[in-house]
Amino acid sequence: MGRFILKRLALALVTLILVSMAVFAVSQLHGDVGRIILGPYASPDAVARVDHQLGVDQPLPVRYWKWATAFVRGDWGQSYLLNTPVRAMALTRLVNSLILAGFAFILIVPISIGLGVVAALSHGKVLDRLITVMGLSLIALPEFVSGVVLLVIFAVALKWLPASANVPSWNPADIIHQLLLPSIPLMFVLFGYIARMARAGTISTLDSNYVRTAVLKGLPRRVVIFRHVLRNSLLPTITVVFVQAGYLVGGLVVIETLFSYPGIGKLVFDSAQGHDVPMLEATVLLIAIIYMVANLSADVLYAVLNPRVRLSD
Amino acid sequence: MEAVGQPPALEPIPSPDAPLGPIVTSTTVGRRARLREVGAGLLRSPVFVVGAVVLLYWVFDAIFWQLYVPQDPQAFSTSLSAPSGAHWFGTDDLGRDVFSRVLAGASSVLTISVEATLLGLIGGIAVGLIAGYYRGIVDDVLMRAVDALLSFPGIIIAILVLTVFGSSTLNVVLVIGIIFSPIVARTVRAAVLVEREREYVAAAKLLGARGPFIMAREILPNITGPIVVEATVRLAYAIFTVATLSFLGFGIQPPSPDWGLTIAQERTVLQIAPWTVLFPALALASLVIAINFVADGLKEVLES
Repeated sequence: MGRFILKRLALALVTLILVSMAVFAVSQLHGDVGRIILGPYASPDAVARVDHQLGVDQPLPVRYWKWATAFVRGDWGQSYLLNTPVRAMALTRLVNSLILAGFAFILIVPISIGLGVVAALSHGKVLDRLITVMGLSLIALPEFVSGVVLLVIFAVALKWLPASANVPSWNPADIIHQLLLPSIPLMFVLFGYIARMARAGTISTLDSNYVRTAVLKGLPRRVVIFRHVLRNSLLPTITVVFVQAGYLVGGLVVIETLFSYPGIGKLVFDSAQGHDVPMLEATVLLIAIIYMVANLSADVLYAVLNPRVRLSD
Repeated sequence: MEAVGQPPALEPIPSPDAPLGPIVTSTTVGRRARLREVGAGLLRSPVFVVGAVVLLYWVFDAIFWQLYVPQDPQAFSTSLSAPSGAHWFGTDDLGRDVFSRVLAGASSVLTISVEATLLGLIGGIAVGLIAGYYRGIVDDVLMRAVDALLSFPGIIIAILVLTVFGSSTLNVVLVIGIIFSPIVARTVRAAVLVEREREYVAAAKLLGARGPFIMAREILPNITGPIVVEATVRLAYAIFTVATLSFLGFGIQPPSPDWGLTIAQERTVLQIAPWTVLFPALALASLVIAINFVADGLKEVLES
């Protein structure tokens, strides 16, 4: 078990280093830093001076090493646009995003798993078709499309919820007021993936021999489902849930832009628009780390819950 | 006159140095029967039929919208007028007819998505065939590349790359195609791994056929099923991603009537003129849902 986790961790670290190299290389291809800061009318001398001050006239590997070691030490540089330290800004925004994503997650995971299992238990009937087609439709919708339709209905026509969202206070009413509308588009996509997985897992478990044995030996249906079916069928679903936690961070770029929510997704978008290279590098790398942690947790949890994976390694 | 019950003449056994045709020639009959079976299976699925009809309409619209669009999508009149007989879906902030713009908006997103998908397919099929057939180092590198790509949200990669290299539509096609190709390659590789152990591949090898010939003429025709399914799934993702990128301002630029771009632009007047964003959003929703229905129907039928 320990070996399995260590191996996964090592693999994730290697991937992360490769990703950081790619992020750095790509963002450094991006024209002249001094020119971005000083604007199109500055003299070439002034641009060269700023380049030298920032050290961007050194060779790429040297700059990568400096950037990477500084990043690990906690010095993420200075934002060109906002002229503030990148780290404090990025972390504050990340926390805001986690609040929004966490809200969506807590609401949708039980609903998706529940409906997925219900669909499986009524396999082939109308209810199953209904849930499957609903999932299939919701999964397809880009977040901004469902977001805009929801805005038109709930913010413009009914005026129940605000059209732009902010970080809520701890008051439950305020949390729902601020976060419900922006989190629904995220929930739509999550629902599609999680419910599909829960349904498929449950259907294949229902087909297995040990479930047939449990039914034939006269166990009540409820006991069969809760003790024998769900325990096994939800295993792959748990993995999907964690992988989708990583997806959420990507979906946040669109949702936070649409609802002007001050999270990390909007920060990525704004720094891309403003060509704020240090901020863009740090936020993208931060998202990569979260993605990897989500995937790693999925693997480890799967191994913890499933002895076959754990012991075969 | 030929006897009715006469057995067909035996085909000559091809000599190893003769130019090779496809080795199993009788498959054309089998393939036609299989196609008919697949077609019948698809038509029995209401989800597929609904998806296919809507998708075909939008493809038709993307090509022929100019022939039946009621007004010039770029012509100005009274701005922000509500839906009426003159303007079925109202007018936008510049007084352009929303209905006409919705009809004109399908072609950009479909064109870019299809191009990106084709690029991803070509790259992915080539790499997948080579990796699956020869195994070895190409295979290892490919699988690591897929792992790295899948451990990252595509939209973030696209934003980073487009910010650096400029957000032309060509770059959008390239970045999506390149993100897709290792994913396609993995599907193709998995199918090739099964096929390469089949007897017809061994037979082709014995006849002296070389690797590229076996891959292109023997294995490829036998893995069209998984490739068709993967292509539709990729197209669905491509539309999702292209629309999202144009909403974020990457790729298609104003005054194009592209749906994602229109929603981004008219978002500022959403409170007073919701029709300016609602109709493009519904059009886009119908397109992405339709393609997902088609992909799901194909998957059900071809993988059963």
